[in-house]
Amino acid sequence: MAEANLKVFRGEKDSGTFENYKVPIEEGMVVLDAIHYIQQNMDPTIAVRWNCKAAKCGSCSAEVNGKPQLLCKSRMDKFEPGEEITVQPIKTFPHVKDLVADVSWNYEVNKKIVPFTPQPGHNWVVYQEDIERVQEFRKCIECFLCQNVCHVLRDHNRKDGFYGPRFMVRLAGLEMHPVDSANRLKMVKEDAGVGFCNITKCCTEVCPEDIHITDNAIIPLKERVVDEFYDPIAKFFKSVFKAK
Amino acid sequence: MTNYETHEHDVLVIGAGGAGLRAAIEASAQGMNVGLVCKSLLGKAHTVMAEGGVAAALGNVDPEDNWEVHFQDTMNGGKMMNNWRMAQLHAQEAPDRVRELQEWGAVFDRTNKGQILQRAFGGHKYKRLCHVGDRTGLEMIRTLQDQGIHRGFAVYMECSITKLIKDGDKVSGAFGYYREDGRYVLFKAKAIVLATGGVGKAFTVTSNSWEYTADGQGLAYDAGADLIDMEFVQFHPTGMVWPPGVRGILVTEGVRGEGGILRNKDGYRFMRDYLPESTKDQFSANDAESERWVNAAIAGVKTKDKRPPELSTRDNVARAIYTEVKEGRGSPHGGVFLDISYQDAARVRKKLPSMYHQFKDLADVDITAGPMEVGPTMHYIMGGIRVDADSQMSRVPGLFAAGECSGGMHGANRLGGNSLSDLIVFGRLAGLGAAEYVKKLGAAPAVPQDQVDAALAEMEEPFQRGGSGSAKNPYDVQKKLNQIMSTYVGIFRNKEDLEIGIQKLQELKEDIKNVGTKGSKTYNPGWHMCRDLKNMMIASEAIALSALSREESRGAHSRTDFEQLNPELGKFNTAVSKDADGMKLEKTPCPVMPEDLKRLFAKKETTHNG
Amino acid sequence: MNETKATTKTTHPHTGMTTRHDAWWLAPLMVATGFTIFIVYATYRAFENNYYEIGAIISPFYSPKIVLDWFPFSPALLILWVPAGFRATCYYYRKAYYRAYFLTPPACGVKVYGNNGYTGERAFPFVLQNLHRYFFYLATLVLLILWYDAFKALIEPTFHLDLVTVIMFINCFLLSGYSFGCHAYRHLAGGGLNCFSKDESTKRRFKVWEFVSKLNEHHMGWAWCSLFSVGFTDFYIRQVCANVFPNPTFF
Repeated sequence: MAEANLKVFRGEKDSGTFENYKVPIEEGMVVLDAIHYIQQNMDPTIAVRWNCKAAKCGSCSAEVNGKPQLLCKSRMDKFEPGEEITVQPIKTFPHVKDLVADVSWNYEVNKKIVPFTPQPGHNWVVYQEDIERVQEFRKCIECFLCQNVCHVLRDHNRKDGFYGPRFMVRLAGLEMHPVDSANRLKMVKEDAGVGFCNITKCCTEVCPEDIHITDNAIIPLKERVVDEFYDPIAKFFKSVFKAK
Repeated sequence: MTNYETHEHDVLVIGAGGAGLRAAIEASAQGMNVGLVCKSLLGKAHTVMAEGGVAAALGNVDPEDNWEVHFQDTMNGGKMMNNWRMAQLHAQEAPDRVRELQEWGAVFDRTNKGQILQRAFGGHKYKRLCHVGDRTGLEMIRTLQDQGIHRGFAVYMECSITKLIKDGDKVSGAFGYYREDGRYVLFKAKAIVLATGGVGKAFTVTSNSWEYTADGQGLAYDAGADLIDMEFVQFHPTGMVWPPGVRGILVTEGVRGEGGILRNKDGYRFMRDYLPESTKDQFSANDAESERWVNAAIAGVKTKDKRPPELSTRDNVARAIYTEVKEGRGSPHGGVFLDISYQDAARVRKKLPSMYHQFKDLADVDITAGPMEVGPTMHYIMGGIRVDADSQMSRVPGLFAAGECSGGMHGANRLGGNSLSDLIVFGRLAGLGAAEYVKKLGAAPAVPQDQVDAALAEMEEPFQRGGSGSAKNPYDVQKKLNQIMSTYVGIFRNKEDLEIGIQKLQELKEDIKNVGTKGSKTYNPGWHMCRDLKNMMIASEAIALSALSREESRGAHSRTDFEQLNPELGKFNTAVSKDADGMKLEKTPCPVMPEDLKRLFAKKETTHNG
Repeated sequence: MNETKATTKTTHPHTGMTTRHDAWWLAPLMVATGFTIFIVYATYRAFENNYYEIGAIISPFYSPKIVLDWFPFSPALLILWVPAGFRATCYYYRKAYYRAYFLTPPACGVKVYGNNGYTGERAFPFVLQNLHRYFFYLATLVLLILWYDAFKALIEPTFHLDLVTVIMFINCFLLSGYSFGCHAYRHLAGGGLNCFSKDESTKRRFKVWEFVSKLNEHHMGWAWCSLFSVGFTDFYIRQVCANVFPNPTFF
């Protein structure tokens, strides 16, 4: 039977070793299956966070051969036979154990976002074309792969100034909602730090839900921020029209 | 002695899926100090897996719809075993709960008049399922999560509860540990809401995730609550069968709702042959009529044509597929074919995006170009903790339950879409019930130290036994449990199998007492499994005993030795509870429906199961 | 089990630049090469101040031709800053050169070059990227002139079609696909609205937005094709002016 050659990080709190494991390959197998095989047959203490195993919950984020992805979606048959498959925890968030990282920062950020605020007295007649954009953002499964790959958080560690792509998506979903009445543009510019994003699109590349994070969420937010803060000519015309 | 941290709350909610979140939001709104415990990260609970929709009689697509029809459908689907009051509350309140989700930011698909779009589902007379493509559960949990984080309740993520603490007969707290680092934690609470979901991990092929280890059922049983209707286990007719790594993962009923056709290996559309006599007149007479119905549904116009036979209730479709495969007419990997590829590819991708990706990414199958292979998968347990319909309180004062872990709402078979509405209707009622209980309670009940010490000692035992020698590997034990349940307590049952199964479960109990683990407490899945096995065993035994005692076929419970439905047996629920010498089984009379509701069921009593 | 031994040294889960072992460096290298070639060529041409006009035909680098007495340099310099600024502030090009030239980051999951004082587009100079829409307005004017040039080449001195004119039309087409798929335009056209179905005017803007969105999906493709075509158009016209390449007439 064909065997896969896995090299998995084992250890706690940023310190450990890469251990090699030979795992028999079954048809249609994904890397998460291989980790489960290790868990059930070699070492029950190997830690991996997972839930649905169907790319719907976004729990099993890790890095396979350096690429951030969901372990449940990483098919084993895309590797060369005998290729060493390196599996690491995600880098951007504090390491807990083996493949598990502490992503609680994201939950703290989420709390800062002004929640959905419907226009008072709205009749809730809302057409499909008005919410289709928002529906794309609602596909987010909060795997935080985009947060992990974003260099602002990953390499520059600017968690103090930038909410990260996941929350740009959330903010875009709220700002573009046809019934929402809150204005979050100052937050988008200041606290959320949309200006830190240099639109290098890695978030879009790793998104397992194929959300066009950069093109459909971040750039439109940047443009809305321009409307509000960087476009004096349009502002001038708007104020003239309003004055009339 | 090992330390533990302590938190105090008025209401502690265990489980943060749809029901738990809704309960926490409601209890908070009632002014309670609330704690919410979840076994995984917030927003990952099994609710995200729900695909097809949430059932609510809004009447946006079929204006004839109303709560009475929904109530009838639910009772008929449940073979009249449902707690009528729960089914009534559910049908009446679901529309308000769905509108409330919308007001909290849920973005449902729309009709061309700008209202919430509804789709057809098995067992629902009218198009009733409000949905967002095929990711309705995700939409719901994200909406509740984003609403919840601003309500000021405490969330304890990746925290498992291992024991409920009682002061006399009243519930007074819960003991558990954080998965992340193995720290122990004690919650002192005046009321506890269980919303822990189902029991799927007791079976080999299941659509449920690792979290579904019967925690609520086990905790409540140990605390003195009774579990009813545990024999009614729903096998979803369409789970993935290939490749092996994804066997059991759900294929939404939405595929059939959108016109998916079931065929066996000969290309024969078999579902019509399996329709029970009593329901035949609700389905199309031939393929041409089915096609007209599908086309009308796509175009969003009304039609006199009747629905395709694939939209029969889940228990029927699951048995049909099982029988086709067993009789040698299955697909290459032991399923049947489900085909939606005859429809416009772009529309399929739009209406069923996650199915498209699921098959593309995990099985290399393009569902817009060819059929899927599907087969039954253990999906849901209708039975669970017995609760009062209006307050959701169990017979243990202060202990509430909502969602899948509670019993009674769905009777002998749950209709698709009724679980999501169940979560929000009864999640809210449980939160409300708990808050009212706490307001009347006065002083907080005591938390006896000996119970805390015992709970802590229990968690230390697997380490004392270690990971080798006579200690059993928890994963091996789980595998054995799965084999027993799938072999002897599966989709078709008989006395002989069930007795063997029960015997084997008794033997396995010894192994569970001896499971051990090694390593540290930091994120140690082997250790976690040691505890989870106990709950799974309780649920498994309850299922097997209840199944043996029900000598008829009704809804999801199919006995090959008692193929008919027995109206006499329909008057009693099976209930199991903890006794000095083990599990005690009783037959308790079903609540009797008042006359004004009974008139809705004037039609002849049916003796067919289906 | 020698392999296992070799890796059992205690280590951090993430060390070095990246664990990727695919050719992640190839894309930024190709982008950097492509841009560099274009920039070198365009700079040379801008200063060449020759071989840009023959009959009714004018190179896109020099159109519209603005001759000012007091300006001693090539007239191209008076106009090239517009398309250059449009492209330099374009969301696609930003991605491409931040990766290829600034290495922030060079590729996904690869460590950025330099670590201190990253301010992104919050501070000078990159805060100026927010002027993209102004460049869009100006570049649209220039684009209109290029269309005018193409039609002029078609009808002057008499109605005829030659190879250069065909190239000019193709160039205009590609530049239009690029310009009108611009993210800033997408926002201005309708993206800034929250409710498309509100009234007739927003419904019209929705249609425009939908169209722009379709172009925008392939903005990268349009960006490269139009960059190539504008360079090639200039190059061909230069070679025709210098009598190196022929300009056959079709009718």
